[in-house]
Amino acid sequence: MGRYIIRRLLWTVFIVLLASILTFLIFFVLPAGDPALRFAGKQPTEELIAQARVNLGLDKSLPQQYWLFLSRLIGGDEYGWPGLGYSFHTRDAVLPELIDRSRVTGSIIVGGALMWMVIGVPVGVISALKRKTFWDRGLMGICLFFISAPVFWLALLSLLIFWKHLGWLPGTGYVPFAQNPGQWFAHLILPWCILALLYAAIYARLVRANMIDVVSEDYIRTAWAKGLSPRKVVMHHELRPALAPIIALFAIDLGALVGGTIVTETVFNMQGLGNWLLIAANNNDLPVTMAVTVVVAAAVCILTLIADVLLAIIDPRVRLQ
Amino acid sequence: MLFIILLVVVAIFAPVLASLIGHGPNELFNRTMLDDFGLPLGPNSEFWFGADASGRDVLVRMIYGTRVSLAVGLLATLFAVGLGVALGLVAGYLGGIVDTVLSRIAEIILSLPILLFAIGIVTACGASKEGCARGAIKPGLMLVVLISAFFTWPWMFRIVRGVVLQLREREFVDAARAIGAGPTSIMFREILPNLISPIIVYASLMIPQAVLFEAYLSFLGLGVPDTTPSWGRMIADGSQIYDVAWWLMLFPGIILLLTVLAFNLLGDGLRDALDPKSDR
Repeated sequence: MGRYIIRRLLWTVFIVLLASILTFLIFFVLPAGDPALRFAGKQPTEELIAQARVNLGLDKSLPQQYWLFLSRLIGGDEYGWPGLGYSFHTRDAVLPELIDRSRVTGSIIVGGALMWMVIGVPVGVISALKRKTFWDRGLMGICLFFISAPVFWLALLSLLIFWKHLGWLPGTGYVPFAQNPGQWFAHLILPWCILALLYAAIYARLVRANMIDVVSEDYIRTAWAKGLSPRKVVMHHELRPALAPIIALFAIDLGALVGGTIVTETVFNMQGLGNWLLIAANNNDLPVTMAVTVVVAAAVCILTLIADVLLAIIDPRVRLQ
Repeated sequence: MLFIILLVVVAIFAPVLASLIGHGPNELFNRTMLDDFGLPLGPNSEFWFGADASGRDVLVRMIYGTRVSLAVGLLATLFAVGLGVALGLVAGYLGGIVDTVLSRIAEIILSLPILLFAIGIVTACGASKEGCARGAIKPGLMLVVLISAFFTWPWMFRIVRGVVLQLREREFVDAARAIGAGPTSIMFREILPNLISPIIVYASLMIPQAVLFEAYLSFLGLGVPDTTPSWGRMIADGSQIYDVAWWLMLFPGIILLLTVLAFNLLGDGLRDALDPKSDR
């Protein structure tokens, strides 16, 4: 187990490095818009631009620039650890803003994830138990609807209905929890629901499919033959193996959502990581883009690792090699 | 199914339909369809689905948008399936170092955040008309197709590889080998025909994903250029003024939803019909 975790951690580091190199390459080939030009002020002279280029490290070659990024990341810089430099666009340090924005994105993701698990798993279980009945078909039909609906459109529609027409909600934007917990909740409830509906639908379908696979296994027949109560068979013998793969998927989705909230944050006007990335990409703001990419890639890999280890603990059939 | 055929017909005959209505996709009706404040007017007898902020006919633009969505959905799936099947066959049949390398590459691509990288590539390539990689890749429809295909082929690769791993141990493969068939011939003549049903099933489930992907990118203003009508882009335009001009986002959203739903239903139906294990 220990050896497995170490190997997976090394793999994580490799993936994060790879993601950062890819990001670097993508934005290096970007032709338009010289960041140094913007940095040189309103009336740029040749010297000022050259000076800005030196300050930003843009005079160095591509490998040298990447090496600089990497050594800062590992060694830290004047803004703390990990060193992420400062934005080419706003000239603010990346790290403090990254932490601020992580709170926003984190609030959206954690709440949404809780909701989709609480909705998705029971719906899947009910569908599987009442297979081929009215309930099953109805629930699965609703699931297919939410899987097919574009998230940004549902978000706009819900804003139109619950904010503009009914006036139940205070509107878009984000209010920090520490400032006003009630407002924090009121602003987040709609993003949570929108995220939760899509994923709850996906998970309900998966849980149902897994449950149906498990039910036909021999050991389930054995469990019934032993005379166990239906409750015990369902909870212990059917649900546990059916949920195991869901946990693995949950971790991956949770990590991927950090990038996936771009759309949600855009519609609900929240200053999170996804929204930041979109702005940074449009402004050719390399340090910010790199920071978000690295954080997201690391989150995906680490959560996947945790899921794999959890999976091995829950499901004895899975052996870590 | 009927709806999909209808969509294809609409996409092919978009100019005919537009001329029947009498409005072009980029024709401006700012005299008749914008009010005194410059806000668009809603549905009426001549403009069934209203006008957008520039005074363009929403219905006609939706008809043209069908072309973009279907083109991206079908082309991206075609490329992803082609690449995934070919590499999956090779990896599964040859095994060894080829399999290890290809599987690792697929794993890496799957663990990268798609939307994030897509945004990066599209902004990098879409920043100027010349495109990126010395003009090899131009911004626009093809770029969206390529990105979508690049990030989705590993799904098909994994499925094909898994099935091939089981199939290559079967007697008919041994028999082919015994009569002197080469690896290429075995892969494409013996094994590939057995893969048709999983390929069809998963390909039909990849189409709606590609359609949605284009809509997401266009919604973020990164997909096709503004002059090309796209459902995602239309919803984005509508999102600016959705509280006064609800029709702008409502109708393109409904058609997008119905399209994705139709393809998903088709994929589910095909799976139930073709996959003997799926008794759902």
